[in-house]
Amino acid sequence: MFGDYSIGDLGSIFVMQGFAGLILFSVYVLMALGLAIIFGQMGVINMAHGEFMILGAYVTWMTSNVFQAYMPSLFGGYFFLAMILAFVASGALGMLVEWVLIRHLYKRPLDTLLATWGLSLMLQQAYRSVFGAREVGVELPQWMLGSLHVTDSIEVPINGVFVMGLTVLITVSVAYVLYLSRWGRQVRAVVQNRIMAGAVGINTEKVDRYTFGLGCGIAGVAGSAFTMIGSTGPTSGQLYIVDTFLVVVFGGAASLLGTIASAFSISQTQSTLEFFMSGSMAKVLTLLAVVGILMLRPQGLFALKVRK
Amino acid sequence: MSDEANKGLLSPLRRKLLMGMAAVPVVTMLPRASFAQAPATSAVNTTGLAVTDTEVTVGILHSATGTMAISETGSIEAEKLAIEQINAAGGVLGRKIKFIQEDGASDWPTFAEKAKKLLVNDKVAAIMGCWTSASRKAVLPVVEQYNGMLYYPTFYEGLEQSKNVIYTGQEATQQILAGLNWIAKEKGAKTFFFIGSDYIWPRTSNKIARKHVENVLKGKVVGEEYYALGSTQFNSVINKIKLTKPDVIFTDVVGGSNVAFYKQLKAAGIDLAKQPLLTISVTEDEIDGIGGENIAGAYACMKYFQSLDNPNNKAFVPAFKKMWGEKTVIGDVTQAAYLGPWLWKLTVEKAGSFDVDKIAAASPGVEFKGAPEGYVRIHENHHLWSKTRVGRAKLDGQFELIYETADLVEPDPFPKGYQ
Repeated sequence: MFGDYSIGDLGSIFVMQGFAGLILFSVYVLMALGLAIIFGQMGVINMAHGEFMILGAYVTWMTSNVFQAYMPSLFGGYFFLAMILAFVASGALGMLVEWVLIRHLYKRPLDTLLATWGLSLMLQQAYRSVFGAREVGVELPQWMLGSLHVTDSIEVPINGVFVMGLTVLITVSVAYVLYLSRWGRQVRAVVQNRIMAGAVGINTEKVDRYTFGLGCGIAGVAGSAFTMIGSTGPTSGQLYIVDTFLVVVFGGAASLLGTIASAFSISQTQSTLEFFMSGSMAKVLTLLAVVGILMLRPQGLFALKVRK
Repeated sequence: MSDEANKGLLSPLRRKLLMGMAAVPVVTMLPRASFAQAPATSAVNTTGLAVTDTEVTVGILHSATGTMAISETGSIEAEKLAIEQINAAGGVLGRKIKFIQEDGASDWPTFAEKAKKLLVNDKVAAIMGCWTSASRKAVLPVVEQYNGMLYYPTFYEGLEQSKNVIYTGQEATQQILAGLNWIAKEKGAKTFFFIGSDYIWPRTSNKIARKHVENVLKGKVVGEEYYALGSTQFNSVINKIKLTKPDVIFTDVVGGSNVAFYKQLKAAGIDLAKQPLLTISVTEDEIDGIGGENIAGAYACMKYFQSLDNPNNKAFVPAFKKMWGEKTVIGDVTQAAYLGPWLWKLTVEKAGSFDVDKIAAASPGVEFKGAPEGYVRIHENHHLWSKTRVGRAKLDGQFELIYETADLVEPDPFPKGYQ
């Protein structure tokens, strides 16, 4: 298939395809991080993850509207404030949901699946009632549009670079919080042995609530960032949920490194295959590979040894 | 219980009295002809439909909840506007239209269930409804079994025809061929790259487009790609587009994927002012979500644009905005949905009856001169004769009309040589 193209063309396409893979990787990590914390650390199957993302997207949309109406001169920077607000809004909703719903279900993990699925339907309808059934268009500041012109044939999308940077930032922060901070040690202690953690004086309920809130907050930031590359509507969250679970389950629950490794392998496989065949065929083959590997290794790529 | 029975016995008499009393001031003050001439219910309704001396009931069946609510909301709004306007103008055969709205909830079995409810329990005279082909396919056996009348608004893949359905949108050849001809001539396009969502409508449409490009235009399709519904990552296919450098990108990507596709196309540095792109799946409704700045310059092939400059449309757009808000936009399908109640009214008046069999038989040849798209006429195959138009997307989310066919294009749901 490459016979007709010059070496230069092919070279730049390979470079750009590499970028496409990296962008897909960042997107996967970003959308899976929040779920990896909630599912991995707490064992809660949060089917409403996508809706928490979309809450972040709607917060971004509202922020952009407020800036346009009242502070048009500062519009270029609204996105940073929007992401912080998205984190706060989704995180707060997450903590509320944990308090009302999830904490009663920790001993019944399969029921959380049903409860959070119901929650996702309720949130979707709530968005529809509040924001309308139609998708909303989030306007971006001028500097975030378009691409960086590297050479004549290599162009790197700015929003892709932005997502990559954001992913690195958030991953590093999450890793720091979970593995180096005092609070992170408490979280891991609760994951490994809830009863013993309680016995040594850790307030396990509080840890649970903040962990769930953190996971949802990160989902909100992801949703905010995805307004650059995707749609914002009441049901847009559903677009991400399958891929998100795929990444988290394949990586092995309870492992941050596993999530990253799994996002990397899935995104690279998919983006390479997509280049050589049709998009939907590439997806089928990727899923087949994931299913095959999970059959041989049900615990996922990386598994944490937990005392049962 | 006995009260109920008494009421039942008395009611015909009481109704006549009330009508008589009501009629006195009306007749004396506003001598309007319509009521006096309204034909007797027994004459215009021989099959037990929900028709009284003053009212006729129709059903509206769309998704007000679920994924498809994004698209179907506009259709619901248009149908309600049409019904209100028809009532203001005196109704149908002297009867006001009353509607019962059911929610298909983006779920195809629910559509079938609700259609059955509307036809069997409510005995509606017609149903304005469905949007996706999947919902229409689910409802079709129901309207055929219970002999209902469905007015279906969406442009679709064709390959269907029913006595019980009037298709007010375009079938595939009506939508695609004229647009391809235009872009081939105007831009000298020889190579085409197809990209669509992976389900029946894009696949059938692209099949027809490919045959046309290869056999009629003598061009070449340099790529044909499908992405699962809901895909949000298009960077790989955009790279392929950059590699193959097609003269035209031809797209039928739908739903949330649409937004992702145009945003990423723009981010990848593909300038739609220089790279012609022809879409058959983006209307003003979709641009709301995509954002005008991401799609400006793209060509869309439709039969209606909100910006059309004709007297009908100049009355229609303000009326729609007055009813549904200044910010609402009107896409191709919304306009097609608006045609449904009007075509039904005109057909009923032509047939002189609400009976479904008579309406089905009277439909061919019914013309609607007040259509916002200009003028439409029902063909023998129950699709509409209508023009094909090409518009270019502008920054403000509206289309600028670039080209329209000189004559109405004949609907051809089973195109020979294209299958």
